[in-house]
Amino acid sequence: MPETKPVLMQGNEACAEGAISAGVRFYAGYPITPSTEIAERMAARLPGLGGVFIQMEDEIASMAAVIGASIGGKRTLTATSGPGFSLKQENIGYAVMAEIPCVIVNVQRMGPSTGVPTAPSQGDVMQARWGTHGDHPIIVFSPASVYETYYLTIAAVNLSQKLRQPVILLLDEVIGHMREKVFIPEDSKLMVEKASDKVPADYKPYDEKGLTPLVPFGFGHYYHVTGLFHDQYGFPTGDPLQVERAQDRIHAKLDKYRDEVVLTNYIGHKEPRVVIVTYGCTVRSARAVIKKAYWQNRQPVGLLSLQTLWPFPAKEIETLAKQADVILVPEMNMGQILGEVERHVKGEAEVIPINRYDGEMISPDQISEKMGRWLS
Amino acid sequence: MANRQEVLLTGAGGQGLILASIMLAEAAVSDNKNVVQSQSYGPEARGGASMAGVIIDIDVIEYPKVVTPTVLLCMNQASYNKYLPLIKPGCIVIVDSTFVKGPFQEEYKVQVYPITSTAKEELKREVVANMLALGVVNAAAGLVARDIFREVIFKLAPKGSGELNQQAFDLGYSLYEHGSEQGAGKSAQNSQ
Repeated sequence: MPETKPVLMQGNEACAEGAISAGVRFYAGYPITPSTEIAERMAARLPGLGGVFIQMEDEIASMAAVIGASIGGKRTLTATSGPGFSLKQENIGYAVMAEIPCVIVNVQRMGPSTGVPTAPSQGDVMQARWGTHGDHPIIVFSPASVYETYYLTIAAVNLSQKLRQPVILLLDEVIGHMREKVFIPEDSKLMVEKASDKVPADYKPYDEKGLTPLVPFGFGHYYHVTGLFHDQYGFPTGDPLQVERAQDRIHAKLDKYRDEVVLTNYIGHKEPRVVIVTYGCTVRSARAVIKKAYWQNRQPVGLLSLQTLWPFPAKEIETLAKQADVILVPEMNMGQILGEVERHVKGEAEVIPINRYDGEMISPDQISEKMGRWLS
Repeated sequence: MANRQEVLLTGAGGQGLILASIMLAEAAVSDNKNVVQSQSYGPEARGGASMAGVIIDIDVIEYPKVVTPTVLLCMNQASYNKYLPLIKPGCIVIVDSTFVKGPFQEEYKVQVYPITSTAKEELKREVVANMLALGVVNAAAGLVARDIFREVIFKLAPKGSGELNQQAFDLGYSLYEHGSEQGAGKSAQNSQ
């Protein structure tokens, strides 16, 4: 194990450090509160590592630059917040379709529109899933601490490379801006999973497996990249059979690697009556509740924190629904992941929302008050 | 020190309270404590309300926001009016008399120091009032061993200003040792 010593680090800084540990050497972005520290850190660190930092003219161009750099063989990152995330959507769809790896960070702030720039929110859960048009697969992670931000960024970069799939890191202002004591490995080279360098003579960048690494442009292999449906060599096609197969293939990748993609964490009672299901900074409030209710008072309660929001952890929710009577879903929006939980609970448990959308965190008291009603 | 300390540094944007809170958090890490630092502020770089919270605990810290402050610093009148009603008895309250004019109610045992005016008069630099305040706060509450701060201040202060910031921090200690201006618990009006 590489040596570690505790440091005080901000969530946004941990995201940048995680990206660098995972081999990201290209960043293009346009600064926006509350994500700006990621750009600042990348700007300070990348030139010294032989990487490239570009402040682009806007978020649309940033996303395009990231896609271009990725085809050029770099591991890439861009970071933004709500208004900028809206602008990136078109090109995120392009990256999904052309199967170009990249990681997009959205440090959520209060919306819609410019909203309250410095206030936290979890209002972009559905936008992260369906922001770009058309049926498309997407991976979305949501960390609940500074350290989780570090390692989920690494996971995001590696998964995006492995599956040739854009990955969205959905932070919130609380996690992005807070500073915590963390242990970060000093020698970070271990974190990089390297894609295979072996390329067959008849190179098909869009073959059946869909996991063949893209050969960087300019390295001797010609292929076509397009947002149109395409054949195995990347050339456009409108053939219904090929279109359907391509759709199935890009979706099947995520199912096949579900164990690596869908990350959750359960703490609490083995046979819980009341379970909290939440994500991001709200996990912190929920953990404070569980600490008291379960670890101190041994009440039949539990907490399922979702590090992966999309693909939605359906199996985990179905299992919980069979055990618990009540599932509480606190989130800092008007109810987004709630609908998804209800869909998979299938009426087997009572699903109770706890929503807050005034720009403040949901407090532990708010959750335990609701929980108490179902325990008595 | 109690197991858990929740420190709230409040004032106006531009007074350097967030930097002071980061220094306190860094010092706590060097002291092998668990720590979470958070802040809230408006979109402006100067002016507007600014608040920074630091939770120091030997246990794991879950909820990252300050709920029950054990130490409250108020660097302007607006923050004093806003945050004083939130505290419970036993909380250490420190105010900068340069900007906060009371009333200093008996039950809160408010400690009053001329923080910004001292920075201006003694160091000719109003900008280091935050370090002076940090000195007073740490002297009053004993959050982290005093000698740990030197390294942190030199690391985090803008380049070339380490010594000035350290001086301001030490001046905060002298200010505390000299005692509260109006005397703890006395209202400003009464002492005049």
